[in-house]
Order: sequence, then structure tokens, then C-alpha cells
Amino acid sequence: MDNLSNLLDGFANVLTPMNLLISLLGVTIGTAVGVLPGIGPAMTVALLLPVTYGMEPTQAFILFAGIFYGGMYGGSTTSILLNTPGESSSVVTAIEGNKMAKAGRAAQALATAAIGSFIAGTIATVLLVVAIPPVVAFAVSLGSPDYFALMLLAFVSVTAVLGASRVRGLAALLLGLVIGVIGIDQSGQQRLTLGIPQLADGIDVVVVAVGIFAVGEALWIAAHLRRKAGEVIPVGQPWMGREDWKRSWKPWLRGTAFGFPFGAVPAGGAEIPTFLSYVTEKKLSKHPEQFGKGAIEGVAGPEAANNASAAGTLVPMLAIGLPTNATAAVMLAAFEGYGIQPGPLLFSRESSLVWTLIASLFIGNLLLLVLNLPLAPAWAKLLRIPRPYLYAGILFFASMGAYAVNAQPFDLFLLLILGLLGFGMRRFGLPVLPMIVGIILGPRAELHGRRALQLSGGELHGLLGGWVSWVIYAVVAVVLLWPLIGRFLVRPVRERLVTS
Amino acid sequence: MSGMTTRPDRGGDPPSRPADPTLPHQAGAREREVGVPPAPASGSAPPAAGPAAPPAGSAAPATGDAARTPEVPAADADPAAAAERTPDRAQYGVCAFLALVGGLVILEATTRIGEAINTADPVGPKAVPILLGVLLLIVAVIYAVDVARGGSGEPEAGEDVDLASPIDWRTVLLLVGAFLVNAVLIDRLGWVISGTILFWGSAYALGNRHYVRNLLISVALSLITFYTFAIGLGVDLPAGVLQGIL
Repeated sequence: MDNLSNLLDGFANVLTPMNLLISLLGVTIGTAVGVLPGIGPAMTVALLLPVTYGMEPTQAFILFAGIFYGGMYGGSTTSILLNTPGESSSVVTAIEGNKMAKAGRAAQALATAAIGSFIAGTIATVLLVVAIPPVVAFAVSLGSPDYFALMLLAFVSVTAVLGASRVRGLAALLLGLVIGVIGIDQSGQQRLTLGIPQLADGIDVVVVAVGIFAVGEALWIAAHLRRKAGEVIPVGQPWMGREDWKRSWKPWLRGTAFGFPFGAVPAGGAEIPTFLSYVTEKKLSKHPEQFGKGAIEGVAGPEAANNASAAGTLVPMLAIGLPTNATAAVMLAAFEGYGIQPGPLLFSRESSLVWTLIASLFIGNLLLLVLNLPLAPAWAKLLRIPRPYLYAGILFFASMGAYAVNAQPFDLFLLLILGLLGFGMRRFGLPVLPMIVGIILGPRAELHGRRALQLSGGELHGLLGGWVSWVIYAVVAVVLLWPLIGRFLVRPVRERLVTS
Repeated sequence: MSGMTTRPDRGGDPPSRPADPTLPHQAGAREREVGVPPAPASGSAPPAAGPAAPPAGSAAPATGDAARTPEVPAADADPAAAAERTPDRAQYGVCAFLALVGGLVILEATTRIGEAINTADPVGPKAVPILLGVLLLIVAVIYAVDVARGGSGEPEAGEDVDLASPIDWRTVLLLVGAFLVNAVLIDRLGWVISGTILFWGSAYALGNRHYVRNLLISVALSLITFYTFAIGLGVDLPAGVLQGIL
């Protein structure tokens, strides 16, 4: 049980007064920023990146773990108390959660979300600990052709599976890949730098993430700002009665079972498991007539699924270096900011760091529960922040964070251009995720593809490594041909899933 | 221009009273929220049937919208209905943009990117940009065909997004202006001053008219971030002309 002792060492690292304080700080600001309307988990992590710049990696990662889970939790508070969620993963929570809140059961809705998130997060983090060693062992055996195939799968799946329009997803992916090409390539040639020296190192991923998520989103919302902010439902201290517990615990466990595996596979995401959980709970419930009017099962299950899927995304992110959702992509960018490359080697090179991160996920999750139950009324007040201050603040912190990466004003102009790009994408319904995945994975896919072809002397069969890449290409083919397969075999199922 | 000037547009309500649930505008918001189609409320409408139980196909899209946000069906119906009459021609601009980027990438790759120095690298630095450029051109064409056949992307919804209203270009341009002023001045005047301008200008652009109070908030925020991040956490922020004073 080598990993168990590693994990215990990780706990020992976290359980110092200073690091506990950092973890507490992480979950607090993560929740606070995540609660703010218009700020989803990915933007929360992107905006809070600069907080960690001056820290050493261990503490930065402890802070990150807290921000990650805190941001996830904060989003569900928003969707329950304000409805109209911004995050697709919170959509299902809002269906019943907001109905409960309107019926005067906001306290119970928040409580089942908080406790369900804690239970799902804890179980899913245990599953993460169990799942990671075999995935790492598998990933170590992969060669460049396999990695190339994996990244191709990631591109295809974020483009074709998620999102409504394939051509728009593909356009976003290609733009991302082009942005990823900017800079000096592996053979020392400047590419697409337009002769600008600051572009020689490529565009910093932090600037990209902040530009597209924070600036683009703030500009887009500003252009369509509601004249009247949505109604915030007042809430007291969250609590649950005996009946609520009885109705919640099974949905929590089932939601976890849906969420984790979907989070862990490329293109799984949180939308499908939260939706499946909702449907299952409605079917199994003894009170199906309450669904649509505020059934607690409809909050407990999807919320657990949402959190479990968040933990699931960390498996491919840490073990293979493959982000499967926007938040994981931004986390990956944060790792790279420290010169740390996620992937199988991470566990041998930075073993202590990784296990400290995983341990702090457990601690952060617990702190989140302790913090959120009493602080819920305070979080609810944050929802009433005057919108001009909120979006001015986003631009303010985005500028600060982007400047601080390299201390050059050039990055601020870059940030604005990327922000306008993000604005345009939101206007025309181009999905953001394929772009960010393209920017981050593009250069790595090229590296592995070129390396594979180098080994084969330029022959294309070099891209077909062992059986792993065969299997992956088969999956890619299925994903690409899915509309045809779907038309004849599983159309009804697909329609249900897409509409979720 | 006292701090009490109030123009109650854009939700720029003073924080001293937003907690009051009897505010008329909040009551209005409630009416609006409740007044819109109660789609999610009708027990059978939400994504109810299991994936194994195929429902009537027509019910599905409506359900998805209803689940996303109660406002969306109303907001969505207008552009959708409008799109049937006059298609969203601005989308051709996206196609043109994609084609332009594709063309520029190919041009750059074929003219400016040098050859690989390492002869063992059979691919070289040019291949990927050229491939991407070609793919962009192809996607631009497919995109245009999709638009011509009536396809349109769904503008992103959100908590504070009112898609029924047209894009407010004045706000966007003012925000871009405040942003640019910050970018130009940050190294000269320092973060505390440029950040103050950025926050104050953005709040103004977004419709808040409490000039004095906003100035105090902006200065406080800039000073707090400077001391916390630059001095406390060692983040690189310029002191500018205030070097030695801060």
C-alpha cells in the first residue's frame, strides 16, 4: 500500500496550522466568488490564479483544491436561490432547488446540496485515490502515438459530443489550435508571431483563460445586462428534518455513482450525469408528483452527481494530463504556471505535491461543509451585489491577474483581444470549451504526433502505435459517425441526452 | 454630482438597501419570473421520462429550454421567430473571420516560417499550421452552408443576461475604453491609479452613477489589492509614479 502511505504523508503536509489556514482561505474565497452570479467554477479558478503566484507550489495547490471545490459549491447556492443558472452543470439542480426555495424550503435545499456535495465529494475523492494508480500505470506504458490518439479523442469528443452544433464546435477548436501554435515551435522556428517578440514564448495560458472566461463573459453580460436583477430568495440557516434525510441519502449515493465515471472519461462532463440522476430519482421516488414542484431528491441526486463528476475530472487531468472540462483545463494551466506537467510522470517526480493536493481535497471538502452550513445566509447576501460593481470587479481582477503573469502591459492588450474573441463566441453560440482544450492540448498533440512520425521516419503508420491507439481511433470513429449510428439505433436516447 | 445621485437603471442600487425585499423593482422582477411560462412547474414537462423511454420527440427541445431558465423560452422565442423571417446574417461574418484566419495562417506558414533545422524531424514546423489553415477554410465553407440552410448558434444565457434586449454597444465600448486606459497607463502611473480608473470607469460604463462613492471604492480596492498582492504576496504589480509613497 505505497499509495496509502503517500496519501497519509499528504495529510501530514496539509494538517499544519498554516496549511489548514490556507485551505480554509481557499474554500472561503472559492465559495464567495463561486456564489457571485455570472461567475462559474472555471472563471472562479481563472480569476483566483494570481492569488497563488507568490506562493510555493504546495501551498498554492492546497489553496487551489479549496477554490476548486468551493467554486463548485458556490454555483449550486446561486442556482437554488436565484434560479437561471449560468453553469450547464447546475441547470438540473435549479429545476427542483429553486422550486423548493420558492416554496419556503430554501434551507432544506441548501442543506441537502451541502451535505450531498460533501458526501459525494468525499466518496469520489476516495474513488480518485483508488482509480489513479492503475490509470497512471496504464499511462506510463503509452507511447507518443497513443498520446496523439488520446488527444485527438479529446478534441473530437469536446467538439462533437458536447454542444449543440458540430460545425461551431469545430470552428472554436480550430481557432484554439491556431492560438496554441503561436510561438517558437519545437524546432526553434517562430510561428504566427507576426514579428512581435512578446509572442515568441506563445500566449500564456493564464492570459487565455482569464481573457476568454472572465473578460469575454463580463463583456457579454454587460452587453445584455438585465435592467432588474433576478429575485434572490432569502434564506436562514440550512437544516434538514428526519424526513429530508430519509429522502436524501439514497439520491446522494446514486448521484455519486453517476457522476464519478462520467467525470473521468473525456467528454463526460457534468451535464449528462446530473440529468441521469434527476431522471432516476424521479422514477424511483415515492413522491413523483412533487417533481417539478420542489422535490428534495431532485436536488440531492444531481448535486451529488455534479460534485462527484468534478472529482472524476481530476483522474484524467492528473494521471494523463487530459482536461475534460473547462475547470480542469484552467487547473492544468495553473499547474503549468508552476512548471509542473500533469501526466503519469507527475506521480514519480512530484509525488509529495500530488498527494498533498489529493489530501487537501478531503480537508477542503470537510471545511466546506463546516463553513457552508452556518454561512449560507451570508452567501445569499452576496447575490445582491450591485451588478456594476460585480462586473467592474471582474474586469479589475482579470487585468490584475493577466498583468501579473509577466509584468508587461502587452498582455493586457492580448487579454482584451481574447476577451473580444470570447464575446464574439458567446454572441454566435460558439462553445468555449473546445477552444480552451485546443489551446492547451494542441501543442502537446503536435509534439506527440511529430515525435511518432519521427520514429517511423515520416511514414503515417507511425501514428498507429499499439492496440491502445487502435482502440482510441475506433472510439473516435464511433464518435464521428455517431449521427449515423444514432439515426438508426439509439435516436430516442440521444435526443433525451442532448436536451439535457 | 453628490454621492447620493441615483439613477436607478442597470441595477445600480445602493448597497444600503438592497436587502429590502419590498423594493419595487424586486417585486417587479418577481412578477416577471413568476409570470413567464410555468413550464418547469408542470410536473410532467421536465426531463422526466428516462432515456430508455422514448418520449414524443417534439416535447424534448421545449423541455430543455424550460430547464435552462424560465426566461429563455420567452427570450428565445423572439430571436428564433425573428430568425425565421430574417436569418442571422451576421453569422456570415464569422465564416469570413474563420476563412481570413485560415488564409493568413497558410500565408504565414508558407512564406515566413522557416524550414526545420533538425533533419530527423520529417514533419517540420510548417505542416501543422498549413493543416489548420486548410481545415479552417473548409469549416468556414461548411459553416456558411449551415447558416444558409437556416442554422444559428444559440447566444449564451446566464444569470444576469437578458437576451431579449439587443447588444448594448455603448456599454461595451465604454468598458473597452476603460480597459485600454488601464493597459496604457499601468506602467506609467502604476496599478493603484490605473486600477482606480479601470474600476471607476467600468462601474460608470455599467450604469452606476454614484461618482464619489465609486471613487472611494475604486481607490480602496486598488490600494487593498496593491498591498495584499504586490507587497504581501509578492505579485508583480507596478507602483508607478507613487513609487516611494506606497
